[in-house]
Amino acid sequence: MPESSWSGAEERVPTDDHVAYGGFHGAASRRHLLLPVLHAVQDSIGWVSHGALNYVSKRIPVAPAEAYGVATFYDLITTEHMPARVARVCDDVVCKAGDGNKLISDLEAELGPENTANGESMWVRSACLGHCEKGTVAFIQRAGEQALTIAPATADEIAAVLRGDSVTTNTPPVPAPFFTALTKAHTMGAAAVRNEVVASGIRGRGGAAFPVGVKWNGVANAPGDTKYVVCNADESEPGTFKDRWLIEQNPFALIEGIAIAAFAVGASKAYIYIRGEYREAEDLLASALEVAGSDLDVDIEIRRGAGAYICGEETALFNSIEGFRGQPRQKPPFPTQSGLFGSPTLINNVETLAAIPGIVTDRGAAFAQIGTEESTGLKLFCVSGNVGNPGVYHVEFGVTTRELINLAGGANGEIQAVLTGGAAGSFLTETQLDVPLTFEDGRDSGISLGSGAIIVFNTDVDMMEITHRIAEFFAHESCGLCVPCRVGTTRQLDIVGRMREGSDTQTDRRDLDNIGWVMRDASICGLGHTASNAVESAIRIGLIGSDA
Amino acid sequence: MLGAGGGTSSYKEIETTDLIILWGSNARNAHPIFFHHLAKGVRNGAKMYTIDPRRSESAEWADTWLGIDVGSDIALSNTVAREIITAGLVNTEFIEHSTSGFATYAESVESWTLERGEEITGVPADAIRSFAHDYAKARTAQLCWTLGITEHANATDNVLSLINLSLLTGHVGRWGSGLVPIRGQNNVQGGGDMGALPNKFPGFQDVTDPDARAKFEATWETSVPVEPGWHISQMIDAMESGDLTALYVIGENPAQSEADVGRTRKLLEGLDHLVVQDMFLTKTAKMADVVFPAAAGWAETDGTVTSSERRVQRVRKALDPPGDSKDDIEILTMLAGKLGHDWELQSAEAIWDELRSLSPMHAGMSYDRLEALGGLQWPCPDENHPGTPFLHAWLWEDPMPREPAPFSVVRWVPPVDPLADDFPIRLTTGRRLDSYNTGVQSSGYRSPIRADAVLDMTKEQAADLDVAEGQTVKVTSRRGSIEVRVRIVKGLRRGLVFMAFHAPDEVDVNRLTIDAWDPKSGTAEFKATAVRIDKIPEG
Repeated sequence: MPESSWSGAEERVPTDDHVAYGGFHGAASRRHLLLPVLHAVQDSIGWVSHGALNYVSKRIPVAPAEAYGVATFYDLITTEHMPARVARVCDDVVCKAGDGNKLISDLEAELGPENTANGESMWVRSACLGHCEKGTVAFIQRAGEQALTIAPATADEIAAVLRGDSVTTNTPPVPAPFFTALTKAHTMGAAAVRNEVVASGIRGRGGAAFPVGVKWNGVANAPGDTKYVVCNADESEPGTFKDRWLIEQNPFALIEGIAIAAFAVGASKAYIYIRGEYREAEDLLASALEVAGSDLDVDIEIRRGAGAYICGEETALFNSIEGFRGQPRQKPPFPTQSGLFGSPTLINNVETLAAIPGIVTDRGAAFAQIGTEESTGLKLFCVSGNVGNPGVYHVEFGVTTRELINLAGGANGEIQAVLTGGAAGSFLTETQLDVPLTFEDGRDSGISLGSGAIIVFNTDVDMMEITHRIAEFFAHESCGLCVPCRVGTTRQLDIVGRMREGSDTQTDRRDLDNIGWVMRDASICGLGHTASNAVESAIRIGLIGSDA
Repeated sequence: MLGAGGGTSSYKEIETTDLIILWGSNARNAHPIFFHHLAKGVRNGAKMYTIDPRRSESAEWADTWLGIDVGSDIALSNTVAREIITAGLVNTEFIEHSTSGFATYAESVESWTLERGEEITGVPADAIRSFAHDYAKARTAQLCWTLGITEHANATDNVLSLINLSLLTGHVGRWGSGLVPIRGQNNVQGGGDMGALPNKFPGFQDVTDPDARAKFEATWETSVPVEPGWHISQMIDAMESGDLTALYVIGENPAQSEADVGRTRKLLEGLDHLVVQDMFLTKTAKMADVVFPAAAGWAETDGTVTSSERRVQRVRKALDPPGDSKDDIEILTMLAGKLGHDWELQSAEAIWDELRSLSPMHAGMSYDRLEALGGLQWPCPDENHPGTPFLHAWLWEDPMPREPAPFSVVRWVPPVDPLADDFPIRLTTGRRLDSYNTGVQSSGYRSPIRADAVLDMTKEQAADLDVAEGQTVKVTSRRGSIEVRVRIVKGLRRGLVFMAFHAPDEVDVNRLTIDAWDPKSGTAEFKATAVRIDKIPEG
């Protein structure tokens, strides 16, 4: 409890009459606590009132206007009064290909319209929640109780949780870890470990495909006493769920990978930034860290996102951890020089870091033998939509999209379209289905591998609706920092909306081209650069518009 | 003393200094423009102390609030001085080079142990100690104050005691360290600079100085009285003694703003002739024989204003004044004509250029330069001079170009209006964010946070008095009584209540305050009144 009524104690203590401590000195060093504190308030109360926000502002402290700016940035933090239980129900592209629309109409019939408080509960539509292999999905925030995910979800199950029915969740037991690769890394020495990573040829699995060894050496060689390792587990690309799956399968592979990375670049502190809707995976990671913690030289801390796609962008993620709005920074400086808290920072995706123990154990050369020359190793692909067995497929680089679809049990019905790379990716043409999925082939033929999402749509799916949903997604997720993206994503949505209503004019087509061009050319970060990919490719190959 | 005049520092300095002290100031509410510079300093990592009987809105931003008892400022500053001296934290080199009278001063504060300081101020000894050490050790420090220091019967001594601290530590005369009396209006500084003081010509030239007199008399083609005039508290006394029978009031509302206002009003009514020149028909104007409707200085006239950082800036006319109201220059020129002096109506710039020819510290400030440079900070003696961001750099020059700065021995005396069994509670007054002074310029606007006509007290105090929020109580001082509604707040304590003075028509707080004034500055003791609070019997 606070010691003084000035810091929140109920009763005055005698010294309160003549002295109070607080203030902003050193506040910068506590600013990073803002988002965890807002989460704590949101979790226990169900929303963050202005009174609570003021109190938080005073205790951190941070200017109330800035705290408000942060609180209102994130979807999972609400500064308006909210019912105690709120179900966020996915209606994104993969769910739409499946039973998502039916679930939404069931909910409307059973619980009334979305975004309308119904006693102590409410439901709203949500962007992809990252459980695409299971079918429909709902993420339910509950004031005072653990948030939970239901997948596959039915309207009845969602309604039961919203009524307050108790739910039994069983956290799977966490086995004892064996950090053999980490032990080997310590024997080899930091430089040798980095050499193995370079030799493996591994490229980042988060979507940008940057050579991992170059990054590691960059951070190791950057001047500065304090360095950080950050694991990007903010998996929010629609149709992508491999990082969640990896954590669920084996959290220790990730933890060991982070520990090796920290050792190799000279960091003693690491963060795992996990998306806010992955509560179950977060719990699993936390349990695993508890088991593993004492064996590690690095302090690994989990930071929870709060529902913002943009925070998957590395510099936006840093800002989010630091307690600011999760908006991207100008680059350069690059994170290897000035990243988290202004220090040299190694930031890698979950899949990348989880591959590291294997590289250390089997040597980089062995890893480089797998796949192709430029795309080494195995890759996780998330195959979802209208296929027989949606799921994560761990395959050698070089398979084609068609092969992957066959591996996933083949298409249900006739294939109408395939989207790779999620919302930021593009729809494939028929011939592109047979292009090997490698970085080099993708680059040459204009296929974005992105995060490894492959979404299959059969001829029953309304592609106009899908494209519109993608445009809606970007208009919602644009962080608003730079004008091209802020205005462009909204204008794109306007035009796609008109197309959905049957209008398809030359002016609109030309405007879409210009908007796409400006966003690619002038946006600060990857969100704006890729926000027009799907819409443009859908038009190009005739999925939507008057040519469709 | 370092010489009267203005704050030593630039706003930019508080944005980059290491330590900010806000002493007797609720700048967040009363000086919001200054406070936004201060907030930048806090954001840039400065540590901040506030010293104020109330834990004010400004104090909420401070790392440490020292809640002194009303009127114990000198007790605190002397204690801080003794602690700095005994802890060996004085800036010896600076004291030897730039100051005089240290030994006598050190002796005078010798009795102010931390324990005695705690006893008189109420502030725990360890908090005083931390403050003393932080101030002495800071690389740079800005010591800022406002009316909590100056609206006391010992105002000048209060200020001197703060200057002492800056001399002790060398926190003056260099970038980042200085003494900052914050001004409450955009042009309070300018008013003094232009000679609206009873003993000064423009540019702080003394009216008793024969050379200055000769210069002004030659230019003005008239003789200037040899004796300094009266300041406002003296004028009120002169009205009472019958020496002052006619009064010309420009832009002031003494019928509501003076301490012990009941007395002031009676005296104003007794004048032979009262002339008021104002934008609004104030309570004083309503009492006047003649009212000159004036233009708004910030939108309807051309001219200059001078801010707390001594920066002279241009103001430009955007609108014609409504109705018969006129620019002050025009009113004064017409009045001169009626009094037999055929002055030519001059532009603001022409008058400014005359001022520049007479006031050396303004000489370099042509309208063109003020325009081009976004204002200039005085002194600016010639047209190649860049202006002066901070004063008293000479203290650090070697050899010293002037006499060293003297320490002043200042003695703590309790407030003039003592607490007693029949007046056991201390009332202090101040401003709120959304109202301005007597409300002439602000009460016409609605505000969602306005709470002018209330008496603030803590819930503990209310419980002692057995009153509830919203209940009307009778507040009585040795001079009068008023009725006012109670509001419960946190930032006070038992025995200390607070009122704003913005709504004199509803709650005439200055009926309670004491008009004892500081003989050196003429400022009245608005900040320390002894009162009794009584429940009003129901029915």
